[in-house]
Amino acid sequence: MARTISYREAINEALAQEMERDPRVIIMGEDNAGGAGSPGEDDAWGGVLGVTKGLYHRFPGRVLDTPISESAFIGAAIGAATRGMRPVAELMFIDFMGVCFDQIFNQAAKFRYMFGGRAITPVTVRTMYGAGLRAAAQHSQALYPIFTHIPGLKVVLPSSPYEAKGLMIQSIRDDDPVIFCEHKMLYDTVGEVPEESYAIPFGEANIVREGGDVTIVAFGRMVGTAEQAAGQLAGDGIECEVIDPRTTSPLDADTILESVESTGRLVVVDEATPRCNMATDVCALVAQEAFGALRAPVRMVTAPHTPVPFSDALEDLYIPDPQRVANAVKSVAGWKR
Amino acid sequence: MPEIDEITLLDAYRMMRTIRAFEERVHEEFATGEIPGFVHLYAGEEASATGVCTHLDARDTIASTHRGHGHCIAKGVDVKAMMAEIYGRGTGSCRGKGGSMHIADLTKGMLGANGIVGGGPPLICGTALAAKHEGAGGVGVAFFGDGASNQGTTLEALNLASVWHLPAVFVAENNGYAEATSSSWSVACDNIADRAAAFGMPGVIVDGFDFFAVHEAAGEAISRARQGGGPTLIEVKLTRYFGHFEGDQQTYRAGEVTHARENLDCLLRFRARVTERDLLTDKQLDAVDIEVDALIDAAVAEAESAPRPDPGDLATDVYVTY
Repeated sequence: MARTISYREAINEALAQEMERDPRVIIMGEDNAGGAGSPGEDDAWGGVLGVTKGLYHRFPGRVLDTPISESAFIGAAIGAATRGMRPVAELMFIDFMGVCFDQIFNQAAKFRYMFGGRAITPVTVRTMYGAGLRAAAQHSQALYPIFTHIPGLKVVLPSSPYEAKGLMIQSIRDDDPVIFCEHKMLYDTVGEVPEESYAIPFGEANIVREGGDVTIVAFGRMVGTAEQAAGQLAGDGIECEVIDPRTTSPLDADTILESVESTGRLVVVDEATPRCNMATDVCALVAQEAFGALRAPVRMVTAPHTPVPFSDALEDLYIPDPQRVANAVKSVAGWKR
Repeated sequence: MPEIDEITLLDAYRMMRTIRAFEERVHEEFATGEIPGFVHLYAGEEASATGVCTHLDARDTIASTHRGHGHCIAKGVDVKAMMAEIYGRGTGSCRGKGGSMHIADLTKGMLGANGIVGGGPPLICGTALAAKHEGAGGVGVAFFGDGASNQGTTLEALNLASVWHLPAVFVAENNGYAEATSSSWSVACDNIADRAAAFGMPGVIVDGFDFFAVHEAAGEAISRARQGGGPTLIEVKLTRYFGHFEGDQQTYRAGEVTHARENLDCLLRFRARVTERDLLTDKQLDAVDIEVDALIDAAVAEAESAPRPDPGDLATDVYVTY
């Protein structure tokens, strides 16, 4: 029986194994130890949701608490990366990108190009995204399309504990700046994860489920949502191919296009709001590169063009669910000209 | 004031003179239309970059500003490659992809001029952190202007450097204007250095027309940082000889440039001092002048005839792997 651990534990294990392997790996962020300068425990939290718990004592001097100064410490991680370190900085919520975005998109993302290929900036920014925790408009967004838009950044969306460990190890080893987006509703999900270290390459999609009728491309937490929908639809005689691209930048266009060439039908499931998101991106890709294969219009299942609401009565409507995905799949499967 | 040896003095003069000649020449060439884009010239401020960088070596990293040519030269970036970059040539420091505002050479510890006001100080917290981990006594130096002294990034970086006790030096070059807005209006306290107290670090005010004053203050701060004594904020008060960017008519100014050129020129003051005290001779300094002018002539000639970037370079160097 293979070992099962949580998404949170998988990320923690990846960090620990890389810190063990490479002394250049350091961690920094608000409460990443938790308790700096306080009278009680000096590693009280291990990050606000406990992802870095236990690393502070295991790796003395390499887990740094920071003031609430995202520009300063995200920038510091970037600066340290240019001097040979392999920093992993935690931007607690992706929503906080607004207070430090310059350091990410004008500095880290552009150094290599602006400096004529004569810089490497191997920094990883871990950040929590997504709705579902009743955390309201400023702590719940799925802003990864904004990072995906920026040349020079790589953007990672692990959908399971297995992906989380392998993609985190790859992020740390990668020589480019990486935005590692952790869905807050996935931290307690469990799955099979090898104990040994392994890296999952970027830009290689995972075909989560094979099927010949409709291609579903889903990102991050939406992979699980799409799988549930596909399970229901199989009972109705519709076989879905569910693709998890794993990274939005680079994007594995080939796997998506090959699948659509075979199914002729595409549904994209993206928790981000609908304008200029991954769903529009993938639909544009398919419209441009596989138009001849399409046997039905493409469909996008996304959040609405609104901020994330607080009340569960509204937030549950905001998040794409298996029923909405199933409805979209049925509409393309049964589409007639 | 500590003694400075003859070689260091001559090197310092060469550095300041190179920056001045480089900037005066870019000013002339820009007017001919040969140089694309924006350029922000450092002429008048040479004693600051030189007084600080004379203390630095390969362990150390600096971050600069949009007015970055002087810092680049002072940290040892190749002058001909810089000129080629400003001309947008494939032989430039950044192969024509960066331009004046992004000249960098990480192999020299020069983390880039920076088009974002306040972009550098957070980065320098990181290079200082890396230097601390390396344990070889390296420091990080952030140059920024009076404009950046009002940016949150700078204030956050000052706090973080103090909280983490980093080997960092923050050099605020107060040239009196953020673009066209006077620092006497935009900086709410009397001096930028006064802000050091808020971050628990020493704050020092230095006459930026006096190489020796900058050299002494920077030497103390850098030495303290190397020995684990934490960060320092140095405010260097000086004047830029040209506008915010080339083409700026400077109608917001009132004659202080003429006064500075005639009375406060750091090069003239340096020459007067070293010759009066028999530290260097006019003959030695004149020889440097000739050597520097020849270098700048050669840099311009080479830049003008250098190849433009290859069209195939458009999409390269975005990632290491993708």
